[in-house]
Amino acid sequence: MIKLTRRSFSAMTLAAGAAAALPARAADPFKVGFVYVGPIGDHGWSYQHDQGRLAIEAEFGDKVETSYVESVPEGADAERVITQLARSGHKLIFTTSFGYMNPTAKVAKNFPDVMFEHATGFTRASNLATYAARFYEGRYVAGILAGHVSKTNKVGYIASIPIPEVIRGINAFTLSARKINPAIEVTPIWVNSWYDPGKEADSAKALIDQGADIILQHTDSPAPVQTAEERGVWSVGQASDMAKFGPKSHMTAIIDDWAPYYVERTRQAMAGSWTSGDIWGGFDTGMVKMGDYNSALPEAAVAEAKAAHDAISAGTLHPFTGPIKNQAGETVVADGATLDDGELLGMNWYVEGVNGKVPS
Amino acid sequence: MDMLILSSVAVSIMAASTPLLFAAMGELVAEKSGVLNLGVEGMMLAGAVLAFIVGLETGSGILAIAAGAAMGALMAALFAVLTLGLLANQVATGLALTLFGIGLSALLGQSYVGTPIPPLPKLSVGGLSDIPLLGPVVFGQDALVYLSFAMTAGVAYFLYRTRAGLVLRSVGENPHAAHSIGFPVIAIRLAAVLFGGAMAGIGGAYMSLSYTPMWAEGMIAGRGWIALALVVFATWRPARILLGAYLFGGLTIAQLHMQGSGQIEIPAQFLNMVPYLATIVVLVLISRDATRIRLNAPASIGKVFHPDG
Repeated sequence: MIKLTRRSFSAMTLAAGAAAALPARAADPFKVGFVYVGPIGDHGWSYQHDQGRLAIEAEFGDKVETSYVESVPEGADAERVITQLARSGHKLIFTTSFGYMNPTAKVAKNFPDVMFEHATGFTRASNLATYAARFYEGRYVAGILAGHVSKTNKVGYIASIPIPEVIRGINAFTLSARKINPAIEVTPIWVNSWYDPGKEADSAKALIDQGADIILQHTDSPAPVQTAEERGVWSVGQASDMAKFGPKSHMTAIIDDWAPYYVERTRQAMAGSWTSGDIWGGFDTGMVKMGDYNSALPEAAVAEAKAAHDAISAGTLHPFTGPIKNQAGETVVADGATLDDGELLGMNWYVEGVNGKVPS
Repeated sequence: MDMLILSSVAVSIMAASTPLLFAAMGELVAEKSGVLNLGVEGMMLAGAVLAFIVGLETGSGILAIAAGAAMGALMAALFAVLTLGLLANQVATGLALTLFGIGLSALLGQSYVGTPIPPLPKLSVGGLSDIPLLGPVVFGQDALVYLSFAMTAGVAYFLYRTRAGLVLRSVGENPHAAHSIGFPVIAIRLAAVLFGGAMAGIGGAYMSLSYTPMWAEGMIAGRGWIALALVVFATWRPARILLGAYLFGGLTIAQLHMQGSGQIEIPAQFLNMVPYLATIVVLVLISRDATRIRLNAPASIGKVFHPDG
């Protein structure tokens, strides 16, 4: 079965190569393909990636041609879609969800002349680069605001799927919030979905009922912001600016901005200077940005948040600098020490101040 | 403080149950006439998107709800043309209708993503709505919640207390017998399917106008399928559908509260599973008494009817 697949793949590659050779002209646009896990209308994760695609079009005009496939399930289907893109002459392909890692690696092996970029993964090859963003830096800044404005000392955190990425966000937020106000407790609710507006709203209501006066979310719809607005508590936008959904409640947003990276990588690919690699960018690369701060926030809080942003961006502040205690109150990171990237990437424990247990 | 939480939880449960109730009651009427329409999810999505668009453009809640109902009925009409008119397989057509609804709603809603809308107004009866505990629950809901109860009562009365309801049920039991004594089987089924579509559309409208007042692709997130399961779970009885919708809505909200209270050491994934597990358990318990289910289940459900067949 595998042999058959491989043989048919290489046959297809040859055919595609031959077909592509004929009409190739210098003026032909450079084709860039994108694979999205959700609909581009989710106003969250996939939406932001698509904004990056549009930025490529705006930058290079006629010289590029972009295409995308949305709502592609992670797994075998993805392999078919990625193969299709590679076979139809796309020279640079971005696959934008963790679950596309193995399919992308497989296809990359079959198309050595095509450049692949996989978001949030760790498998690399000479034609397969990986990239991700340090969203936890944004969570750290949001925590500073929360530390200043919470009156009930309770923060509700709508969490998606228990992977290190999400746990890291909860911890970064909790660390900075408790630096300002040590009485703050953070309660996560796991909804086991990246995107279910109804359930996200329900979770926000449950957390507010239990006394939370700030709602954080690591899910993609603006529903929690909307609920927070209705109930008169604070919220923080996720992935894109969600202030429209809660003008009074929206403290700021942690924005994913893939555009600079996508434009730069496309430029390199077109110039022939693209090389594989791995980037985990934060504020410093512009991949993560903070949204506008709500004018109702205390000035001191905003000033402190901005200072932290600048310090992280400049590299003088690391959100995971000790002393850091775990839930049992044991010091796990010594005073002045910082967690390295490997430890951050595998994070599966809560810091002190988070309620509940990490789902196993 | 506890009382306040209780009433707030009750309001959340009602909100979670209302869309399920609308969609499931509509589907019940269609199934009672012998037509199985698996396109509920698609009809809800189409209803949600059009209700949102009309609500945003006109600012009128009533027009928005009417648009949702009309859109659901339009989708159901398409289903009816294929299954009642052209005798297509109901299961396959229903599944296609869901897929069609997902695509169509995404297309229609493309330029409305990321636009908020003011939610449907909540009822406010002077001081009554401020009564602790009962006030917000009984007197503080939006119009659709009250409508869902009125509709449930209406459907139950219609099916079991009126001649027309009896005719509809007889068409679902044995369309050939009904046909032979002169009832217009196709027309009756068409009416039932359209009603089902309209209710699914209103259920969708509730999602995009009140539950989370916005449009987002795929925002129904499987509630159409739950509504379908509810009909079977309730063994085709209106009162049990009401009960089932609230049980399901209640479990969904309760598991979030259990997680949020942080005191209970149960894995979140298990809590997420609980509503579905409970459905299966109740289903098994009820199914032990097979005769009683047969009494309620429409005998000709899902079968294509042709007057000459």
